[in-house]
Amino acid sequence: MAAEIIAPQDVQASRAKRGRYDRLIGPLLLSPSVIALAIFVYGFIGMTVWISLSNWDTARMNLSLADPLLSVYDKLFNMTRFQINIRNTLIFTVFFLLLAVGLGLLFAVLLDQHIPGNALFRNVFLFPYALSFVVTGVAWRWIFNPETGLNLLMDVLGVNWFLGLFGAGPFAPKWITDPRVMGDLANIIPLPDGIKAQLGFPMAMLPVIIAAVWQLSGFAMAMYLSGLAAISDEVREAAALDGASTFQLYRDIIIPLLKPITISTMIILGHVSLKIFDLVFAMSGRGPGYATEVPGIFMFDKTFKVLEYNTGAAASVVMLVLVSLVIVPYLARSMKEV
Amino acid sequence: MATILSTPTKRTGTRWSAGKILMMVFLVFMLMFYLIPVYIMVMNGLKTADVVSFSRMWELPNRLTSGGYGQAWEKLSPNVLSSVSLVVPATVISGFLGSLNGYILSKWKFRGSDLLFTLMLFGMFIPYQSILIPLIKFLQSIGLYGTIWGLILVHVVYGLPFTTLIFRNYFASVPVELVEASRVDGAGLLQIFFQIMLPLSVPAFVVVGIFQFTNIWNEFLFGLTVITNPARQPITVALNNLSGSFSIEWNVVMAGAVLTALPTLLIYIILGKYFVRGIMAGSVKG
Repeated sequence: MAAEIIAPQDVQASRAKRGRYDRLIGPLLLSPSVIALAIFVYGFIGMTVWISLSNWDTARMNLSLADPLLSVYDKLFNMTRFQINIRNTLIFTVFFLLLAVGLGLLFAVLLDQHIPGNALFRNVFLFPYALSFVVTGVAWRWIFNPETGLNLLMDVLGVNWFLGLFGAGPFAPKWITDPRVMGDLANIIPLPDGIKAQLGFPMAMLPVIIAAVWQLSGFAMAMYLSGLAAISDEVREAAALDGASTFQLYRDIIIPLLKPITISTMIILGHVSLKIFDLVFAMSGRGPGYATEVPGIFMFDKTFKVLEYNTGAAASVVMLVLVSLVIVPYLARSMKEV
Repeated sequence: MATILSTPTKRTGTRWSAGKILMMVFLVFMLMFYLIPVYIMVMNGLKTADVVSFSRMWELPNRLTSGGYGQAWEKLSPNVLSSVSLVVPATVISGFLGSLNGYILSKWKFRGSDLLFTLMLFGMFIPYQSILIPLIKFLQSIGLYGTIWGLILVHVVYGLPFTTLIFRNYFASVPVELVEASRVDGAGLLQIFFQIMLPLSVPAFVVVGIFQFTNIWNEFLFGLTVITNPARQPITVALNNLSGSFSIEWNVVMAGAVLTALPTLLIYIILGKYFVRGIMAGSVKG
């Protein structure tokens, strides 16, 4: 670049002309994709927002705006069912993230110890990532069926006999059919009047969380393994010279160095869990007392079964806002780094 | 066994300390846990209708037959065909457009192109419920609702952010001198793309191909809502219908789950290296 070749006058002129032509043709070739995304992403989101503010709640399209304008949202947030949906999404996201990222880190650190069979472990932990959520849901649904599945396996393996020795009852959680909600935030801090849902842990959500962790912990592991591979041996050697134990090496040096990976993994998995749909749809659906229903399922139900388009659209806008809270700062940051 | 294990292995030079044995026990336990669904799906799929039952789901098949696979294939083959005729064109078109976009956005930057790219990327993360109602109305208005062409269009457009991202990051690592040198030789934007960049970008095409194939094969919401004819719906939707139907034996459902999982699983097994590479590239920064 610095040593620009001095070209004859006419060649330089034609290159300049060519350059100007190319500067135009670039955006032109980009435009079909840009226009398509402008319509399919931003245009359609705008229309969905409009529908969520409209009176369209039957099969017949009605795009007149509601009065008051936010009445659909008002109704939505006052619905116990939708409050339960939001609670479920947040509980699911928090526990799924802790388990998937924690387990992914643990797998990566253990596989970093030159364990025999390293490749086998890595491949088995990652393969569920290649599957459809529907396959995961269909398989785990029967493993977490209280009549068969894991409970039956515990019986076959003699765990129940073992528990019986100590006078404990058989291992028989009700898994996806358990209607209980454990704990209530209202007992700890005073909540505003409008909150009608019990803000605790819906037991039926646990199997769904486990299935999601099964599917995506390998993703976290792969992210961490790439991070570990990028940490130079000198860091490890220097720590060893300072007399640090393996545990100290990971706790004080390596895991802090992996922080950017942790953040990226949390954001990617967090946005997947905030918009989760397929897995719940195939595995448990609404669950007992809406115990596993999430806004994605609610939206599908309202839009395609009851034809209350404005309520369905409003629920999807809430989903979009939840996801955007996580994704927009992430995109803004990565744009600055470009 | 114990004496063999306690001798240091030459390759790693590590000894079997108590901690290492504990790690191994934990990893083997997790390995078995991760394989539970595979065991349940494969083994129960291999059972015949007269022996498959929930109370005996952990048992091995008592004799070797094709179990529920024949019936699952009979029920799902139209949907397999539907998924193939969806996935192949959608992957190819979104991949090609993504390579062109990525090339322009990395080598022919213009004012605001980084912002434009970020705005395009946002489309990769949105919950598709938030565009679904206008999308269906739009497809109805152009006569593509309920057709495989409509679904291809949907997957091409919503696949663009991902394919553009992968190619942009890939082309960003191609030395700018290569483009400059060709420009000195008088090559234009498209000439450089077809003659230099495309031949260089085979690894990026493999990554994009794997991920688009996997994503579209595994997708559920669009398949469920854009296509209404059950015989034409993609395989994931058909599998979900199969598992919800009470008239169908469980061995057929499990065999169907294996059939649905098989193509993407094979890709993972054969091209695992690229798969992991794509995971890294897909996490936005490159």
